[in-house]
Amino acid sequence: MAEEKQPLTRDQMAAVLAQNMGYGWIVNLGIGIPTNVSNFLTPDQEIVLHSENGVIGYGRLAGEGEEDPDIVNASATQPVTLNPGASIVHHADAFAVIRRGMIDVTCLGAYQVAPDGSFANWKTTNEPWNNLGGIGGAMDLASCAKQIYLAMEHTTRDGEPRLLEKCSLPVTAPSGVTLVVTNIAVVAVRNGKFILEQHAPGYTAEEIQAVTGAPLEVSPDFRRVAV
Amino acid sequence: MDEAVASFPDNASLMIPGFGPGQPTNLLAALWRTNATGLTTISNGVGFESADPDQKGLGDLVMAGRVKKVIAAFTASTRPSRTGTAEALVANGTLEAELVPQGTLAERIRSGGAGIPAFYTPAGVGTETATGKEHRDFNGRAFVMETALFADYAFIRAHKADTAGNLLFRRAARNFNPIMAMAAKNVIVEVEQPIVEAGEIDPDQVHVPGIYVTTLVRIPVGGVLHINRATGMAIRQTA
Repeated sequence: MAEEKQPLTRDQMAAVLAQNMGYGWIVNLGIGIPTNVSNFLTPDQEIVLHSENGVIGYGRLAGEGEEDPDIVNASATQPVTLNPGASIVHHADAFAVIRRGMIDVTCLGAYQVAPDGSFANWKTTNEPWNNLGGIGGAMDLASCAKQIYLAMEHTTRDGEPRLLEKCSLPVTAPSGVTLVVTNIAVVAVRNGKFILEQHAPGYTAEEIQAVTGAPLEVSPDFRRVAV
Repeated sequence: MDEAVASFPDNASLMIPGFGPGQPTNLLAALWRTNATGLTTISNGVGFESADPDQKGLGDLVMAGRVKKVIAAFTASTRPSRTGTAEALVANGTLEAELVPQGTLAERIRSGGAGIPAFYTPAGVGTETATGKEHRDFNGRAFVMETALFADYAFIRAHKADTAGNLLFRRAARNFNPIMAMAAKNVIVEVEQPIVEAGEIDPDQVHVPGIYVTTLVRIPVGGVLHINRATGMAIRQTA
């Protein structure tokens, strides 16, 4: 009997991202689903979390009574805890860390992604640019981190695919994405191709392909997510 | 606070730090109470309007038409469903916006304070933000040239200060504060803790040397120390 379809929750998507972090990596978590990744990292991973605001070595989100109004993650509003060995630098030095190439992976939200590793997450229209947008640190991170992981819904609210042959929105970076975690699939981006690695409970490769705007190569190791 | 900003002129440029914590909330509320207009502001984001007179800030100044240009990493709302403060004003031509990748913004400010007129960064190469700007390859990689920012004023939020103007920041409230304090002609600082005598802060601990600072003001009793992000309520100075 087929398993009941169960799209991943935002926390489960964050947990999948956390599973894909290597030992000792320096990691930057963007606004949205990625900020929750800090709750799913295990001490034995020895990950160092870096934030654009200059906090290096923060931990999980602060619980009730643990909040310090001066310690927040990249959302600028969520209070986080500091791990032993944490340090603080100013904003320009926080980005010096990024441009220097110290970040092993940056996890970002996105509107669209393509098999060439390009993605769009800063502008929701193609109207002539009037200098409005919410760009944040994504372009700096995307151009300098060793890898880019994206967390995003697989389709728009209207059911349109977000994984496309080519981004139709203005890109944040022309390349660099290596992993996409959606609410129904985990897709690796390699050699100009989308490779379907994992599925949410109850979803088949055909069903995932049907809501994807570019060909998916199904991995020989295609399996159900373990979260 | 009002005295510190009393002579703030029209048409001045102003650096405003803050990334959540670290915002000069009390100086901005005091600026709101003046008639200063025609501002050019440099900040991470533009923010929203506030109903609390003690939390009036950049979002309010923008919506009141007192800002002619914003330079920021967030000029529109990050949520597609929510209209940002500046969007309608840019659309009708009363406000100019310049959107800058956040690391480029920080480095433009740092450069302004370090006497470096321009620099090359890989951020934004291949995107709309680099269109029309000078590009150059170094070691086979493309970079875009960005220019420094220097302002007439910076409003700064410090945790500690001494009478020589030496400043210390606390945790992530540091963010843009040190680099903005170095990149403006007039540097007005609101301080959380009582201002101590020169010599009481260890020179090794100073984040910004006092030579950059024009005016120091302790946040008075009742002044805003923090904003509770969950409730929007001000947490105030009690002693």
